[in-house]
Amino acid sequence: MSDILVKIRDLHFSRGNRKIFDGISLDIPRRGVTAIMGPSGTGKTTLLKLIGGQLRPDQGSIEVDGLNVHQLSTRKLFELRQRMGMLFQSGALLTDLSVFENVAYPLREHTKLSDAMIRHLVLLKLNAVGLRGAADLMPSELSGGMSRRVALARAIALDPMMIMYDEPFTGQDPISMGVLVSLISELNSALDICSIVVSHDVPDTLSISDHVHFISAGKIVESGSPETLQNSKSAWTHQFIHGDADGPVPFHYPANPILDDLYQEGK
Amino acid sequence: MFGNLIDKIQHLGVVTLGSFQRLGRAGVFLLEVIASCTDLLVKPTLLVKQMFSVGVQTLIIIVVAGLFVGMVMALQSYYALVDFGAEDSVGVMVSLSLLRELGPVVTALLFAGRAGSALTAEIGLMKATEQLSGMEMMAVNPMRRIVAPRFMAGVISMPLLATIFSAVGVLGAYVVAVQLLGLDSGAFWSQPQNKVDLYEDIYNGLIKSLVFGLIASWIAVFEGYDCIPTSEGLGQATTRTVVYSSLAILFMDFILTALMFSK
Amino acid sequence: MTSRKIEILVGLFVAAAIAAFFMLAMSVSNMSSYGGGDSYELKAKFDNIGGLKVRSPVAAGGVTIGRVTEIQYNSDSYEAVVSMSIEEQYNKFPVDTAASILTSGLLGEQFVGFDPGAEEDFLKNGDVIDLTQSALVLEQIIGQFLYSKADEEKE
Repeated sequence: MSDILVKIRDLHFSRGNRKIFDGISLDIPRRGVTAIMGPSGTGKTTLLKLIGGQLRPDQGSIEVDGLNVHQLSTRKLFELRQRMGMLFQSGALLTDLSVFENVAYPLREHTKLSDAMIRHLVLLKLNAVGLRGAADLMPSELSGGMSRRVALARAIALDPMMIMYDEPFTGQDPISMGVLVSLISELNSALDICSIVVSHDVPDTLSISDHVHFISAGKIVESGSPETLQNSKSAWTHQFIHGDADGPVPFHYPANPILDDLYQEGK
Repeated sequence: MFGNLIDKIQHLGVVTLGSFQRLGRAGVFLLEVIASCTDLLVKPTLLVKQMFSVGVQTLIIIVVAGLFVGMVMALQSYYALVDFGAEDSVGVMVSLSLLRELGPVVTALLFAGRAGSALTAEIGLMKATEQLSGMEMMAVNPMRRIVAPRFMAGVISMPLLATIFSAVGVLGAYVVAVQLLGLDSGAFWSQPQNKVDLYEDIYNGLIKSLVFGLIASWIAVFEGYDCIPTSEGLGQATTRTVVYSSLAILFMDFILTALMFSK
Repeated sequence: MTSRKIEILVGLFVAAAIAAFFMLAMSVSNMSSYGGGDSYELKAKFDNIGGLKVRSPVAAGGVTIGRVTEIQYNSDSYEAVVSMSIEEQYNKFPVDTAASILTSGLLGEQFVGFDPGAEEDFLKNGDVIDLTQSALVLEQIIGQFLYSKADEEKE
């Protein structure tokens, strides 16, 4: 069993005219938290969808656990997906099912376990995220942070080998943020799996990551441990990590010189 | 000047090609949905649940509409026939109109408006909140779980609803004709018994409503599945469902009527 | 709503639709004229069938006893051949029964009327009725009337 769980090689992907990935190659280790960071709109969510096989690359390959994702038959792809957990930005809980039923859904679909066993498993998973008491609530009654925790419980229902987190920290209050951050980290060590976190929240993500890939303008700008990135000499990385208003990503949207615009009216 | 004209023609070309592309997508989608229906034959629980939300909940509007349409038909037929002394034919006129045309068509239009738009909104919302994506990532096929049950429920419910519409309409017409207008109850029932043919009128009406059910359900689930996942896109999708379904139903009605009822 | 309640309601819905179908089929359509028991077939030849159609009724004494099943034209004898399906219970028509094409009411549809004869043998399945009267064609009647009027004038 190799150390690398996800191998991306020379990935090219465009949406319409926009080139989202321009020949990206990266490795994601089998254990530990790997962060994929970058400015908004660089296609980080797209990368997760490519890994999960929901999108096809224009060029290049993605291998998960030795299997080329986009060459699998539908059946094999579905089998592979059962070993991947994904946490969507909005939680994506099924709104007509209760919290309990949502977490039980993958178990009911893919296993033939008895109701009693499913009940035990669901309650244990909910307990891991601290929401065992909320089992009978409906998704509409949950706060944003709670929805994400339930979605997390659902993502680990089948004990996957990796979990992908799509912008888990966006729009959370400090307490939920703290809960999610510690959950991601603790779950990863407790289950000894691979966690891929896609985010642009610098401090929280770096605090739990073992390895970071920084993507900008369709290419990998830098990879390494959090310390390496924080001390980086690259202007891009520096601007991102320190939140500088101006740098390689300019403050001003490309425009004519201001004097030209102001005096245009007169003519 | 010509440049503008050429631009417009080019734009028209783009729009037309886009429409054909969409139509093609819809066609492929239909085949996928039909292929996904096989699960339902084995495990019909999802289908039953959808038949409730699609069929049973549309029942009220169908019954009320049927009743009033039947009553109005009776009144109008009476006014039209009484000048010829042929008011005893009210029963025949109402029955034939309902069974051949009004039953299938009005039911289908009401269905498209109530159940069709609800289906589009439901599926579109699931798309917008990434529930469909989530299901895919959980290795559950949303076609089989979400789309196919709703499609099947629509196709099956439509003929059932149309039959109820026609029956209620005839009963409503009976009440108006015999109780209100004082026509002979025997004439009301016996004339249709001679003129209304089981195969030509009733069965053809059922076939019509089956075809309408297919069309309305297909358009409803496709628009939901294909919509732009924003609130604006969802609104556009539901509007499109109602408009396209209605037009398609009326168009198919013409074709089917010409095929079935021409001598 | 529990799934049990849902299933019951859906079941009621389907049952209501089936009931509606039967109500329509029985009371409003001519279903009773289909396969209502056994029947036997008779043929009759006419010069002109007028407006007679397949499924037009066959009546004796005003009572519907069967239906027209087929209408064909015989190019050798230049006659129309009408096949009729008569209900089994009405099997006592003498072989010299006459079949005429009549009109029900002034503007009504045309039907085949049986006028029983006096023979002792009865018509059986597959028999052909010899005595027939074709439909009255309006143009011929007017023509006959005008000629007879003209003859009268002459005399």
